[in-house]
Amino acid sequence: MKAVDSLWEAVLDGDEHRATGVVLDAAEELGHEVVLLDVVGAVQRRVGLEWAANRISVAQEHSITAINERAVTALSITKPWREPVHGRVTVACVDGEWHALPARLLAEVLSLRGFAVDYLGAQVPAPHLITYLHRTNPDVVALSSSIATRLPSAHATMTACQATGVPVMVGGAAFGTDGTHARRFGANAWAADARSAADMLLSQTLPVPTAPHQPIDDLPHLADQEYTLVKRSAGELVRSVYRGLEERLPAMRSYNDEQRQHTAEDLAHIVEFLATALYLDDDGLFRSFLLWTGEVLNARGVPARVLEPALDLLAAQLRDFPRAQRMLAQAGYIITACPRP
Amino acid sequence: MNDAAKSLFPQQVSLPRWQHGESVSIAERCYAAHRVDHEDGSSTWWLLDETDLWLERERASLLMRMSSALMTSLNPERCMNLVAELAATHLADEALVIAPRSNHGHPITRCLRGEPPTYELQHVDVEDVVGLGEALRGFPPVPSRWIDPAAAPEWLAKGVASIVVTPLPGHGVPAGALILVRRDKQFSESEEAFARMFASRAGVAMSAANLFTQQAVITERLTRDLLPPALRRYEHVELAGRYRASADTEHVGGDFYDVHELPDDELFVVLGDVCGKGLDAAVQTGKVRTALHALLQVVTDHDRMLRALNQALLTADHSRFVTVAVGTVRPVDDGLRVTLTSGGHLPPLIVRAGGAVEVAKTRGTLVGILPDITTTTDEVVLAPGDSCLLYTDGITEACGGPLGDEEFGEDRLHRALAACGGMPAEALVEHVHMLAAQWIGAGGHDDMAVLAIAAPRRR
Repeated sequence: MKAVDSLWEAVLDGDEHRATGVVLDAAEELGHEVVLLDVVGAVQRRVGLEWAANRISVAQEHSITAINERAVTALSITKPWREPVHGRVTVACVDGEWHALPARLLAEVLSLRGFAVDYLGAQVPAPHLITYLHRTNPDVVALSSSIATRLPSAHATMTACQATGVPVMVGGAAFGTDGTHARRFGANAWAADARSAADMLLSQTLPVPTAPHQPIDDLPHLADQEYTLVKRSAGELVRSVYRGLEERLPAMRSYNDEQRQHTAEDLAHIVEFLATALYLDDDGLFRSFLLWTGEVLNARGVPARVLEPALDLLAAQLRDFPRAQRMLAQAGYIITACPRP
Repeated sequence: MNDAAKSLFPQQVSLPRWQHGESVSIAERCYAAHRVDHEDGSSTWWLLDETDLWLERERASLLMRMSSALMTSLNPERCMNLVAELAATHLADEALVIAPRSNHGHPITRCLRGEPPTYELQHVDVEDVVGLGEALRGFPPVPSRWIDPAAAPEWLAKGVASIVVTPLPGHGVPAGALILVRRDKQFSESEEAFARMFASRAGVAMSAANLFTQQAVITERLTRDLLPPALRRYEHVELAGRYRASADTEHVGGDFYDVHELPDDELFVVLGDVCGKGLDAAVQTGKVRTALHALLQVVTDHDRMLRALNQALLTADHSRFVTVAVGTVRPVDDGLRVTLTSGGHLPPLIVRAGGAVEVAKTRGTLVGILPDITTTTDEVVLAPGDSCLLYTDGITEACGGPLGDEEFGEDRLHRALAACGGMPAEALVEHVHMLAAQWIGAGGHDDMAVLAIAAPRRR
């Protein structure tokens, strides 16, 4: 679509005026919903891809998103007024989730379709959300999460919402392309995108959650506490792996502050994804994270095999954790099979 | 057959086909069948009546399910709907829940068995129904009452066989009344007793929801002025702010920012940090914000303003001091001219469009603790694409990082800002806030406030 390219260029230039012009013109031709989902949404997906391919920085991602948000605001001001005739929906991002735009787009689309929408924005602390549900009594709460590592917290928030008797719909990249995690978490609904979320809410009444339950009821493997222990000692794990690496790779000892921070951050990421994979008992999640890390490293001209000693050291630290061992061994195998840059 | 067996089986029965130990149902009652074999080859069947036992078990399990459903919501409307639905499903053909009168009538939920409940505010005269007024007042205590269906007002029910009004007792306050309606059958005494047990639980749930709502409304009203202000857009100035209280349960804390419009398109901004955390500190931020707003009407010079604020806080309360950064923003031809003064606060940072990061050259004494204070004011020009960042130490003293025990620190903030040249104000505050929050990870943190003033990029 031509509008997608024009908007992409405008947001990349940081040109709010042009970006707003593009979406307003497109809205006249295509209608608001199409522009929100197939123009703004498409640009935002492109931002995600560019970031994943290491072609734009997080700071650039923020700038682009801010311009996109303003374009959405401009659309929102000019949208045809419609009395809410359907139910009331609360839309929020789980705590720690900064990618607010997908949730914002859903909120805008639901309001265009005639729902009364309360949009609470990015990283909503669970106590705020629960209080809000008690105060406003919505028919549905829609929770968005883009980052996989937010899934444990999304699960906790979801369960807390259900305990108030409000059905929960979840969506966002974190839940996977087929919503597997949503089902395992016991969500009352999962939607692949904003359009199908709106269609679903229009065509059916979501079932009221059954008796309150706890996250561990959905994921019995958590009883082995591997997730809990890895999560609790994450800082310690990163520190000891870092020290181990310094011993193995003398070059690291002459790292400057920034290099040290980057290495520590990479290690922290590995531990965080391992913890999340343990939470979900999803070996594939950890595998694909490491594959992606390997690709990013390759793109920077660093061989992915640098990850090998880190995985070894981590495995040595987690000797008593059979599930972690299994995941680390698989990941090690993948890394050794990685093509060299 | 003994006498009891004869009364149960008036006619001769053929050989029973029961299993030893099973429960059998005879003439609408439930018996445990036990076989005792005798030496002569004959056997005796003992039938033990356990109808009441089963009934009690069923009721206990039902009561447990209903209680756990009642515990879910603290929303009064949802709670009333739930009570009506449970009552209509398990106790009667139709149930009404009536709450004490609010300004717009009595909240009433009706539910027919098998249908969703409907909630509305209705103006009805509760004195039309014997005992309903007392039940809604909660005093004097009244028992459940049978209403003559013929005498029931039309809004209540028409053409039914039996109506029972049961008060819903609350926490020292009346929660409302439950009205059970049956079309063709009377309530038995044990059914009525069970309904009372349900009503006492429903009443507790409803009054908890009412108390929560009352308290939440009070808190919202009282803290409304303590929340960070909503920032609007100006033609020549981009402003964005972000706030997060240290406790996830709070919306307010000891950090604050504020923006006031001055004549000639000028803006006055302030960001500060009151010593302490939580609600006490939040109350103090309210006082400081009010004082500054009042002072602004008579004095715009930063030094004189902070001296006056110092005096005001000294006389008010010696135990609480505050650090503030104030700024006056004036649109000029080449962007924005910003005067900045720190009262013991971290000096604002200037992020140039090209990525250079400068520290505003302002120093000053913290406010509200010493009899006299001194400040120096800096003046900077923000060219299009430049921004000025005011922040509290909740950002730089954020503890965590990949190793879990490091401070975020000013150096790291400066390095991060170097990648933020030319960012829109919202993106800048969100980025800084996100970096600090991610640095902290799952750990605890102090209040955090960030405010950005940016000169819009040229079109």
